[in-house]
Amino acid sequence: MNKLIAEGFQPIDTLIKPSTNNPWSFKDKLLLGLTPQEYTKQLVRNPFNWILAIIYAVGIPILVGRFIFGLGWATHSSYDYPWGLFLGWGLFVMVPLSASGFMLGTTVELFGRKDFKPIERLGLLNGLLGYFFAVVFLEVDLGQPWRLVYPMFVSLGPAAVLFLVAWHVATYLSVQIAELVPATSELMGWVKPKKFIKSIVLGLTVAGIILSTLHQGALGALFTYAPGKVHPLWFSAAFQWFHFFCSSIFGGLSMLIVVSTLSKWFLQWRCDANFTKNLDKLTLGIAKGCSLALITYLVIKLVALAHDNEWGYLLSGWGQLYIFEMTAGVILPLVFFTMAIRTNRAGLARFAAFVAVFGIALNRLNTVLITFNWHLYQEIPHWREFVIAVTVYATYIVVYRAVLYRLPILYTWQGDSK
Amino acid sequence: MKKLDRRNFIKGSLAGGIAAAAAGKARKATAAGGDFGGYPDSMGVLVDLTKCVGCRTCEAACNKEQGLPEPDKPFDDYSVFDEHRHGGLPRRTTEKAYTVVNRYNIEGREHPLFRKVQCNHCNEPACLTSCFVNAYTKTPEGAVIYNAKVCVGCRTCMIACPFYVPAYSYSSAINPVVKKCIMCYDTRLKFGRPPACVESCPQGVMTFGKRKDLIAIAHEKIEATPGKYVNHLYGEHEVGGTSWMYLSDVPFEDIGFDTHLGKEPIISYVKDFLAIVPMVLCIWPALFTGFHLLSTRKQANKEESTKA
Repeated sequence: MNKLIAEGFQPIDTLIKPSTNNPWSFKDKLLLGLTPQEYTKQLVRNPFNWILAIIYAVGIPILVGRFIFGLGWATHSSYDYPWGLFLGWGLFVMVPLSASGFMLGTTVELFGRKDFKPIERLGLLNGLLGYFFAVVFLEVDLGQPWRLVYPMFVSLGPAAVLFLVAWHVATYLSVQIAELVPATSELMGWVKPKKFIKSIVLGLTVAGIILSTLHQGALGALFTYAPGKVHPLWFSAAFQWFHFFCSSIFGGLSMLIVVSTLSKWFLQWRCDANFTKNLDKLTLGIAKGCSLALITYLVIKLVALAHDNEWGYLLSGWGQLYIFEMTAGVILPLVFFTMAIRTNRAGLARFAAFVAVFGIALNRLNTVLITFNWHLYQEIPHWREFVIAVTVYATYIVVYRAVLYRLPILYTWQGDSK
Repeated sequence: MKKLDRRNFIKGSLAGGIAAAAAGKARKATAAGGDFGGYPDSMGVLVDLTKCVGCRTCEAACNKEQGLPEPDKPFDDYSVFDEHRHGGLPRRTTEKAYTVVNRYNIEGREHPLFRKVQCNHCNEPACLTSCFVNAYTKTPEGAVIYNAKVCVGCRTCMIACPFYVPAYSYSSAINPVVKKCIMCYDTRLKFGRPPACVESCPQGVMTFGKRKDLIAIAHEKIEATPGKYVNHLYGEHEVGGTSWMYLSDVPFEDIGFDTHLGKEPIISYVKDFLAIVPMVLCIWPALFTGFHLLSTRKQANKEESTKA
């Protein structure tokens, strides 16, 4: 793609083809204004696509195998360890990293911080795709995935925490789709849908906050069903939901910084001046949000230790893991974020964001897999589980990239119909 | 009588308010403590572990009654007692066996002790309260039964069960379901008959009866022969009480029982979160719309003044 840009190619960002004054066709829009031959050529030229090809060559047969031979063949899920990598990574790590949607919606639409507008859509998209693929991961993990709608329509268990998660994720997915209708409308040249969404955007944003508060918290609350199984250092009946909710705030924001950084590095051609010029300033702005959430999280984690009087566990082996998680995943990014804000260095904030994302992943995997059943034995996921998880995650990246190529997320649509 | 002036009135009502709040809190604590305690005429089984000789007849009876597949080793093969699963743990319930008997060699005890494992049929089952499709039912007879037709396969019940009882047929790709003891509800309990394992036992290890009667019997037994039993009826209070209860002559923690479960049913730990749900749903809309109005006030004022 960089080569094409160097040759003077301009990807589609208007409704009307400049040379002919005719509107671009849908096919043109899909191919970014390239001919099919040119498009295929740039696909083959991109080394990342070769990595993807290898992942799919190995992963797709195994993913298909999971649905033919069952979970017992593909995973180490057992009677003692019902949940493995699909939920541990796909649901519990991906959902907090997708909290950026409601955070940015709140910042821009609710608090009226229009200066964050250039990165708002990226935040929304990061949210939508993260949730969507969390559901994909869930479908891979469910024993009978075709019954996914049962908790909605067939047999309702409204007192269960998972019931809340199911309903909220489903509702929130539709909210996020609605929030991205304007971007799609611009590409497609629709006028009415964009106007309509604009008129209800405050309602959507508030709905996003409610749903996010509850289901991010509910993912934590799911583990309050297992008070004896999760290690006490990672368990707190009173604060579990708040730990998960609060950490999702810096998780989602940090992920947004990570994704915007990757876009800056690898999708430079698709970012317009509005995005590129403002990015450093916005990164530092988001870093402020991250540091506030991090310090809140750190304090409430300590409060939880004091509340249940669990200081003694800190001296055990598990305590070392806990101290490592808190130091590397919370205190370190907090220090880096703060330094970055003080010295006005966006690069350092980006590094801090990568560390914070690692910290979230570590915390969730610790809760779901590593310290779960701490008094029994440790389980290592099956290699097929890893392959399937990588395959699904690769698909997430492919879809993400395909959307960023086309929809006006990183760039502003020219000649907008308003 | 002291005259009630305004200051005293305020003082008094403040104190009263605090007292009322405290009382309210206390009331809430007992409610959250799961006072449900089970159906009044719920049935149960009292297991006297001291009597069990490890003949595995109950395992065979269960297998037959529930139509389970033939086991890898026949029921008169006692080498299974030497088997260990992952982590050096003894056998557990599986999709092919709803009940298993394990042997424990206790130092200083003349014979090894055998312990039967199956679903304990909690008064307030964790599996039931965690299920988002309501697949579980606690019947008034005391059994915790499961409806495979609505199960989605999320396996939260297996996460939630404090006794690690539910098993899952992972091997099936088309129709995997949870597999666990249902106290022979369909075939026996519904008609007032004891479960197959209880009836089959040649040693009379298990007593079937009303749960409240069994509790009385158990405590009588403990008192009648001082020193024989550990003074603890396992299951009377554990996680809110269970239909299956156990008497032992060795400490329960030595024979694989989890003695750290506490008296609270599992759902009590979840209630902290469940309580915030209606609050968030009711308060957030107005609160955040208010934030919006506050933070965009300057802009709105500006527009107002330019209009005027």
